[in-house]
Amino acid sequence: MKKKLLSALLSVAMVSALLVGCGDTAAAPEAAPAATEATDDAAAPADDAAADDTTAAPAGNWVSSDDGKTLNIYCWNEEFKSRLTDHYPGYTEVDATHGTIGDVNVVWNITPSDDNAYQNNLDETLLGQMDAAADDKIDLFLLEADYALKYVDTEYTIPVSELGVTDADVADQYQYTKDVVTDSNGALKGVSWQGCPGVLIYNRAAATEVLGADDAETVQAAVKDWDTFKATAAKMKDAGYKMTATSNDAFRVFSNNVTSKWVENGAINIDANIKAWVDMSKEMVDAGETGTADLWSDDWSAGFYPEGKVFCYFGPAWLINFCMAADDAASIAAQGGWGATEGPQGFFWGGTWICGANGTDNASLVADIMKQLTCNPDIMTEIVKADDDFVNNKPAMDAMAVDASYSSNVYGGINPLPMYCAGVEKIDLSNLSNYDQGCNESFQAAMKEYFEGNATYEEALDLFYTSVTEKYPELTY
Amino acid sequence: MAKEKKKTSQVVKYNKWGYIFLIPFIVVYLVFQMIPLFSTIYNSLFENYRQGLTQIGPNWVGLANFQKIFAGTGNDSMPTYFLNTMIMWIAGFVPQILLSLLLGAWFSDTRLRVKAAGFFKTVIYMPNLIMASAFAMLFFSLFSDAGPINSMLIQMGIISQPFKFLSHTVSARSLVAFMNCLMWFGNTTILLMAGMMGIDNSLFEAAQVDGATSTQVFFRITLPLLKPILIYVMITSLIGGLQMFDVPQILTNGEGNPMRTTMTMIMKLNKYLFSKDFGMAGAMSVILFIITGVLSVIVYKFSTKETDY
Repeated sequence: MKKKLLSALLSVAMVSALLVGCGDTAAAPEAAPAATEATDDAAAPADDAAADDTTAAPAGNWVSSDDGKTLNIYCWNEEFKSRLTDHYPGYTEVDATHGTIGDVNVVWNITPSDDNAYQNNLDETLLGQMDAAADDKIDLFLLEADYALKYVDTEYTIPVSELGVTDADVADQYQYTKDVVTDSNGALKGVSWQGCPGVLIYNRAAATEVLGADDAETVQAAVKDWDTFKATAAKMKDAGYKMTATSNDAFRVFSNNVTSKWVENGAINIDANIKAWVDMSKEMVDAGETGTADLWSDDWSAGFYPEGKVFCYFGPAWLINFCMAADDAASIAAQGGWGATEGPQGFFWGGTWICGANGTDNASLVADIMKQLTCNPDIMTEIVKADDDFVNNKPAMDAMAVDASYSSNVYGGINPLPMYCAGVEKIDLSNLSNYDQGCNESFQAAMKEYFEGNATYEEALDLFYTSVTEKYPELTY
Repeated sequence: MAKEKKKTSQVVKYNKWGYIFLIPFIVVYLVFQMIPLFSTIYNSLFENYRQGLTQIGPNWVGLANFQKIFAGTGNDSMPTYFLNTMIMWIAGFVPQILLSLLLGAWFSDTRLRVKAAGFFKTVIYMPNLIMASAFAMLFFSLFSDAGPINSMLIQMGIISQPFKFLSHTVSARSLVAFMNCLMWFGNTTILLMAGMMGIDNSLFEAAQVDGATSTQVFFRITLPLLKPILIYVMITSLIGGLQMFDVPQILTNGEGNPMRTTMTMIMKLNKYLFSKDFGMAGAMSVILFIITGVLSVIVYKFSTKETDY
């Protein structure tokens, strides 16, 4: 009897433990079929899934208010946090993911952008924004240019004018930084504290050896347009240098200067300038003047050192300041061996935009953060000096450009800002689309096959179309 | 009579305990296998994806998702992805099983008495303990254009230009197969060894007394008696091979370079998750489920047909 009791007890314990453990999980799959059952009869799904089925604009009951006690910030790295910590008046750090501004708690929600994790997380949270408790609502989040329109062109972001940031406030910002976050109705939905105009960064030793001099004028004359650029590439090749580390280096320069969008009327479109990049790169790869490695790969960064034998990189201030191994004594950067010039065309690379999330309960605080970090010239000049950022304030940067006391060691002691300032004026971003990130990535990956001779241009193009329609099933070609 | 009745009821009661103890498995199976299986099949019949932040569907589309998958041509077709997967699996599995049989036979051979067998068993199992992604990253660096393998080959004068291992179909597939082989041969060896040690030693002794050579012993006694374990290894490896994902995904950055010749079926499935395209991903999963089922049945039927030993 005792034995029986014991075994009964044991099995009850086991089964109940099992059910307790599964409580939540068991409920979830159960709910899914129940929800989908309702759609059985008709094509239109009208059930409780409608909550996350926000096909169109969230209704007008998304009142942004001011009484919130928690400011939720979504971003992908520590950069914005350190800017806010160092330069926003009144921010007190509590711990790695918390801080306070006055009586408002600041909560940092940092998800790395690898494998799209940042966007996936942001998407889910934004879609649940309407039903979230006041303290869980996103108040402010950050964006990059490649996918900015995906968020900007929806109701999930508030126009900055509604927050109280006026046109006059942002008048000194560079136009391209506003183009990136302007929605299809012309409303400005975000602001950035930095500008990332790119320049052609060249290897002084190679310039002296091949072009006879390493000053910016001589080099600029040798790379003033793409035909000259290619001619110089041939000379570099003869001297044992690669013109660029990989064909992808120049992609950004071409793709920033397109005259049509990646997607026009729902169909994928290859701009003439993109095609020009393909043709030029193919010739250069075949001639051995450039490689086919991916950006950030070891084969790409080999050129940061003299023995890598690469003539130039296309990049903004942060590339040379933080990424070109300046802290390694053997690198070209550490020896001040890089020079910079405008290059064939203006472009930008990187940059972070601040957006206010619709439904925020800290609207005026969000507006103040925007104003202080992106419109206040004093704070912005402070950022340039403290963090080597190129800030998004035209008068401030123009003043720094003629300031002889500001110079850069990696450039061998010259002030590179005039070049950046000249480049930033030329950036035209009127041809952005919601699909830029996916299209740019897929296109470079597909064309690599063409450059390496694994496919014809048409086959590579088919691969590109396949890859894009996997990402965006709604597109045609 | 009364006594007998009591006895049968006792048996029934013990049965009951058996069933109760089966409940955990059944519940876990239902919740984590059965329900997802049917909901996948159900979901594969809907158009259901996200366009930016806008949810499209779920709209009933019948078998349109399956049609779309089979409409793919050239390098983007279902048969190609299936072939890619099978080629890489077979190229890895054949050497793996041969190596495992050899090692298993050595380790379990009582006449050979391999010294420090425990040490070697641990060492050959080691690669399996490394995460596949870390392993793939390692190989990616080793075989990159400026990597150590290329500089070694150049210094030895075998090649003059770096060989782009990941840009050629044969070398890319071979790398994947080699890594899979390296990762799993230890596991297979342990399984086969367990099977070999389960064979009655008197059979080996009898063979020796009759003057059989080692080769004869291996092919006439070990192999036939190992069949059940071999079938088990074969089927689990087949299913694992069909679901091959991590190694080629990391090695080729998810692109299946060159020209998708190393893209497996699961990698293709993974592509649909960028836009949360649950309809297409569901259809792909259903196809994969059917293929796995059919292949497993074929392997099982073929290898259990003859029972002549």
